[in-house]
Amino acid sequence: MCCRGCQAVAQSIVDNGLEAYYQSRTAMPASGQEVLPDEIKKLALYDHPDIQRSFVINAGENGKEAVLILEGITCAACVWLNERHIRQLDGVLSVDVNYGSHRARVAWDERKINLSSILQEIQLLGYNAHPYNAHQADKIRKIKHKKDLQRIAIAGIASAQVMMLAVGLYAGAWYGMTTDIMELLRWFSMMLTIPVATFAAMPFYRSAWSGIKSGHLNMDVPVALAIITAFLGSVWVTVFGGAHVYYDTIGMFTLFLLATRLLETGAREKSVEAAENLLKLQPAMAMRVKDGQQNYVPVLELLQNDLILVKSGETVAADGVVVEGESTADESLLTGESRAIPKVLGSSVIAGSVNLDSPLIVRVTGVGEDTVLAGIVRLVDKAQAEKPKIAQLADRVAAWFTWALLAFALVVGIIWLLVDQTRAFEIVLSVLVVTCPCALSLAVPAALAAAGSHLIKRGILVLRGHALETLAQVTHVVFDKTGTLTVGHPEIVDVQALADISAEECLKLAASLEQTSEHPLARAFTHKVDRAELYAVTNAVNAAGRGIAGNIAGVGYTIGNQAYAPASQAFDVNSLNLSYEHVTLVWLCDSTRVLAVFALADALRADAKLAVEQLQSRGIAVSMLSGDAPQTVAYVARQLGIVDYLAQQQPQDKFDQLKQLQAQGAVVAMVGDGVNDAPVLSGAQVSFAMGTGTDVASQSSDIVLLSSKLSDVVVALDMGKNALVVMRQNLFWAAAYNLTALPFAALGYVSPWVAALGMSLSSLIVVLNALRLK
Amino acid sequence: MTTSTLVFLLTMTAIFIIFMVLGIFWAIRSGQFDDMEGPAQRILMDEDDPMLPSNQPEVEAAPTKLR
Repeated sequence: MCCRGCQAVAQSIVDNGLEAYYQSRTAMPASGQEVLPDEIKKLALYDHPDIQRSFVINAGENGKEAVLILEGITCAACVWLNERHIRQLDGVLSVDVNYGSHRARVAWDERKINLSSILQEIQLLGYNAHPYNAHQADKIRKIKHKKDLQRIAIAGIASAQVMMLAVGLYAGAWYGMTTDIMELLRWFSMMLTIPVATFAAMPFYRSAWSGIKSGHLNMDVPVALAIITAFLGSVWVTVFGGAHVYYDTIGMFTLFLLATRLLETGAREKSVEAAENLLKLQPAMAMRVKDGQQNYVPVLELLQNDLILVKSGETVAADGVVVEGESTADESLLTGESRAIPKVLGSSVIAGSVNLDSPLIVRVTGVGEDTVLAGIVRLVDKAQAEKPKIAQLADRVAAWFTWALLAFALVVGIIWLLVDQTRAFEIVLSVLVVTCPCALSLAVPAALAAAGSHLIKRGILVLRGHALETLAQVTHVVFDKTGTLTVGHPEIVDVQALADISAEECLKLAASLEQTSEHPLARAFTHKVDRAELYAVTNAVNAAGRGIAGNIAGVGYTIGNQAYAPASQAFDVNSLNLSYEHVTLVWLCDSTRVLAVFALADALRADAKLAVEQLQSRGIAVSMLSGDAPQTVAYVARQLGIVDYLAQQQPQDKFDQLKQLQAQGAVVAMVGDGVNDAPVLSGAQVSFAMGTGTDVASQSSDIVLLSSKLSDVVVALDMGKNALVVMRQNLFWAAAYNLTALPFAALGYVSPWVAALGMSLSSLIVVLNALRLK
Repeated sequence: MTTSTLVFLLTMTAIFIIFMVLGIFWAIRSGQFDDMEGPAQRILMDEDDPMLPSNQPEVEAAPTKLR
């Protein structure tokens, strides 16, 4: 067992008779979840009726229902474990976990159990659950998916029947058949094809129409044209008599196109759902102070000049000005540095920062779209819009291709009208069907979908399709330091006891003092010591950004930076024999002397060195841009063997640096995690965000490393290279097929049903080739 | 003669098709196609089912044990 979290997980698994999990799991869970009492306290918020309003549905008198997103699911055994465990809780009415999207629909009886206990139970299993507000986009997607399935069902059932009748018609044409039977079969085929040509083929018409309206012909135009002409022509022949009907062609064509598109969207939507799960949709609530009363209200209901109470440890819900209280705030979300910034009367606070020390009352100046954070998000959107898009190029090519195709079909039609009127219709139809650029249009998306679904199994989430194409051309990888190459939070790397008290005892004293603080450095101490062993602290005074003073068993202690206590001020740092460079020093003193010095540093990620080495061995230049102090950055660079690095980089500096690299012709992949990285992430040709990073970072990046493993960057780069090879093969094959088939069709050697078959086979080959990607 | 046989067979086909369409539409609407992996996995997992709800209290005590 690596930690108590894991032990608790194993314990509760065994206690509940769920040992089978260990036999049937196929992948190791990402990591043990440490359950902090603070988090459990926060879970209780979910029981608040005002908060529940946004995501809980009332089902029956005492029944309630909600959709939860489960985090940390790695294989079917995880899903099973969650499902079983929740189901056997008293008061839970039903649980249903979707294996694909990792979302659980839970119904419970509110008299017997409340939502927070369910969430807590899930946390005890080592997973994280948070309520999901099934918003509009999700509903629309579900409806669309059902509609797509219905279209395929109709096309499949009808075309199977039409195909059988077509066999009869072909056999009749060969061996002879009476006109009334032929007409009967044709009429019946027509009836079957009507729903195919109207209902099932509707998406092609819609897409073609919007293409025509906007003046950009897309690949659906010839598809729609082929279906409409074939259908109307066949109806004409059925009613007024003629040589041939093409109902079988319509059915096969529609069915095949629908099926390949469903496969493609299916793979893409999986990524979309995973991406949505990533955005922790916690209900944004704020404690509003009004007429002497404190109430939780949704952030959206906050108005300017409202007063909100931000307790210590809470995230500030809106931009504002401090009107009461004194504290420090962690604005690392915006700056990337875990530094506590003092907040006093009149200081401005920004939404998204965390209040560290003591409660603040804040007068709201900006909510929602008016906040600094929202401004950064808008910046990101803008940067994204300016991104070079290969996909756009493909679209333009497709438009030209479509024009050329339509013109060609028209010319062929006119020539055949002059040569042999009776065959003109059939040949134009063959040309339209055989050259249907679906193999061409599938060549790239099929490869992207296959590569994407493969990467997602490894915990690499590709959010934007173009990313894979770009990955193959990457020449530079730029890393952020804090939170990306390093773990992102400080850990105690060295303790030096300087008085007659042992190092362990000093650590306990330090942790006891630090427990009163929410400061990022404080967590490093409290994590090290068992809560039960902490001493009681009296008269604790928190000097924002400097340190803490307090009494333990009647003795006064201070802990903080060197300038905080007189004893440490007098101490000569150079006399310390520290084996670690560039660490933050924290001093524990009593009233007269220094008791101990703690060295805190941000540790490197385990696979950082490996990832850098692998990248360099592939001939890719690695550099590092950080907002941190020069010495710290130099130290990390030296450890990892990175030669090219810059320190003290503001978001704008990073962006300029990136532009400079790009101006030299480099294709840059950026790896980052914080809000301060967001503009650079959007500006880079391709970008990676750490799964543990902020939402804004994940949103502005192309690829999210869910498992936060840096070596996944290398995996993704390799996959990008392979995907590009497959894409090229596909494009070559599709182009070769279309060019070869075209003259034969134009000369009248290909009948429409052979054309439909050829078209289907060429698309199938493209899809199968894409599936080779591993 | 052959025509009336065909008419009969085609009518039967039509009826079957209507039932097929109704059946599959019902299946789609009731969400049977929402999760394509789950049911296949669940049937394998169900074999091991030694549930012991009697151990429940210990799990509830766990949060305090943790820290």
